[in-house]
Amino acid sequence: MTSVTVIDKAAPTRKIKYGSISRDRAWALKWSYFFLVIFTFMSLVPPIYMLITSLKSSTEISAATNPWWVFHPTLENYSALLGSSQFLTFFRNSALVSIFVVIITMLISVPAAFALARMRFWGSATIATGIFLTYLIPDTLLFLPLFKMFATFSNWTGIELINHWYVLVIVYPTLTVPFCTWIMIGYFASIPKELDEAAIIDGASWFQTLTRIFIPVALPGLIAATIFAFTVSWAQFLYPMVFTTSTDQLVMPAGIITTLIKGDVFNWGQIMTGALLGAAPPLIIYAFLMDYYVAGLTAGATKG
Amino acid sequence: MVDVAIQPNRANRTSATRKRASLRNALKRKSTSAFFMTLPLIVLVAVLVIYPAFYSLHLATLNKSMQRYVGFSNFTFLFTRETFWLVVKQSCIFAITAVIFKALIGFIVAHFVHNIPAKGQRKWRGMLLVPWVIPPAMSTLGWLWLFDPSYSAFNYTLSFFGIGPIPWTGDADWARFSVILVNVWYGMPFFMIMYLASLKSVPDQLYEAAAIDGANWWQRIWYVTLPMMRNIIAITTLFSLIVTFANFDIVRILTAGGPLDKTHLFATWAFKLGIESSDIPLGASVSLFMVPILAVAAIFILRDINKRGNEA
Repeated sequence: MTSVTVIDKAAPTRKIKYGSISRDRAWALKWSYFFLVIFTFMSLVPPIYMLITSLKSSTEISAATNPWWVFHPTLENYSALLGSSQFLTFFRNSALVSIFVVIITMLISVPAAFALARMRFWGSATIATGIFLTYLIPDTLLFLPLFKMFATFSNWTGIELINHWYVLVIVYPTLTVPFCTWIMIGYFASIPKELDEAAIIDGASWFQTLTRIFIPVALPGLIAATIFAFTVSWAQFLYPMVFTTSTDQLVMPAGIITTLIKGDVFNWGQIMTGALLGAAPPLIIYAFLMDYYVAGLTAGATKG
Repeated sequence: MVDVAIQPNRANRTSATRKRASLRNALKRKSTSAFFMTLPLIVLVAVLVIYPAFYSLHLATLNKSMQRYVGFSNFTFLFTRETFWLVVKQSCIFAITAVIFKALIGFIVAHFVHNIPAKGQRKWRGMLLVPWVIPPAMSTLGWLWLFDPSYSAFNYTLSFFGIGPIPWTGDADWARFSVILVNVWYGMPFFMIMYLASLKSVPDQLYEAAAIDGANWWQRIWYVTLPMMRNIIAITTLFSLIVTFANFDIVRILTAGGPLDKTHLFATWAFKLGIESSDIPLGASVSLFMVPILAVAAIFILRDINKRGNEA
């Protein structure tokens, strides 16, 4: 009997308490959603507006009707750009540069990260910290000395680097390698030592340990680093502006900006189409490999 | 006699094999092969990062044709120019304001994403990260079109609320506001992602304990969340300060430094002097002024890394 009365007494108070907490939660949740919608809307306005403009003809743009709506959707901007050999050259140059940079970055940073994470040698800790510091030296500090260096180099050897797309293949690894090495060190260091000790006992060389054990186990990190290297080399804007000028050597972002913006005549429909097409490869990669993208982004700072 | 003749011969052979063996041993040794695996990285960084960084110091002491040593006259010339002081001021305003707003908004948005059920977080995070994924040069073109003086979509929308046409990139103050706005829009998702990751690593028990002790939401943030996130906040802020201070893309495309050099940063002004007016030494001198802030940030980051290394 007594136990029943106790339960009866406790029940209503507890219910009220739960009710207030869940009401609090529901209230917080509602406001969270409200503000998330606002912030997401602000994040997506420019790309959506780019898409809207890219579907308009130039007459509709200059008619200055409601800018947020397409009255006569057309794909003429897309067909004009994708049919122009100049634009396709930009695309090809960008693709070539990015692919070569990714390959070079991986070839340099994976063995280096392995050596720095596992095979301690004299000065390895200093090198690891030094790599992190070079990541802090911005491209805007280096572009003038590099420009002068390449000019001097062509005077000495006769090999003309400036104004060729492959100069970017030489320069971009300075942006990608330090960060990729840094996050690969983090991933390799998180692999338990027992794994590579077992491999060494079984007679594997260091190289075999790297290719058979470390690369397969740290594959998510490798994918994250590859995505990082690709997006950085695709998005770089300063170096192509400095090192390449002729239209057949330009890469995507610099090419769109220097060729589509002619004097005071802005063909906005085509510019927006070009910008969207230039943004497409990173966006597509992001859409399919979002988790790796985010992992690479956060690994750099949290794992160091 | 025969024995004697053979003896040195044999000795030679053994020493040769020993030498070869020692070379092979050296290659087998862990540290040597590790060094060779790191060598490409060291060469790359030394030739294309460290050397140019010091080379720019040398460049800054030459005259425009780069044939004569002029000492510090590039710097003294810069100090006499009004534009230089504008650039210093604008760079500081730009970097500090943009980083503060990025960090604040990122912190707030991270909390909103953290609040909602875990199932839906991925979707929202995915949409919020889009500004960071689009190459900044491309998205800035979109902003340039949104800010267009005669067809501005913002002004079109604002006109319904009776707000007159705003000269987004035409007026100095508005142009300063615009470049900061675009930078905050572009950089905020990075902070959001970082803060979200570290919010998730704060143990729930701490909040429960705080709630039992009667802490309100502000005390929970001030005494639990912020101390737990201190490291991440410091590192992301320093990173972002460096990147924002050295920004080029946004200002170059949006205003190209105008109107009247009012929005130039060190990077865009160095580009204008060094590449467009082909005065490489003067441009190098301008970009060298980014070094002090980089050095300060680097010292703080290095201290943080060493501290963490000792804890581990």
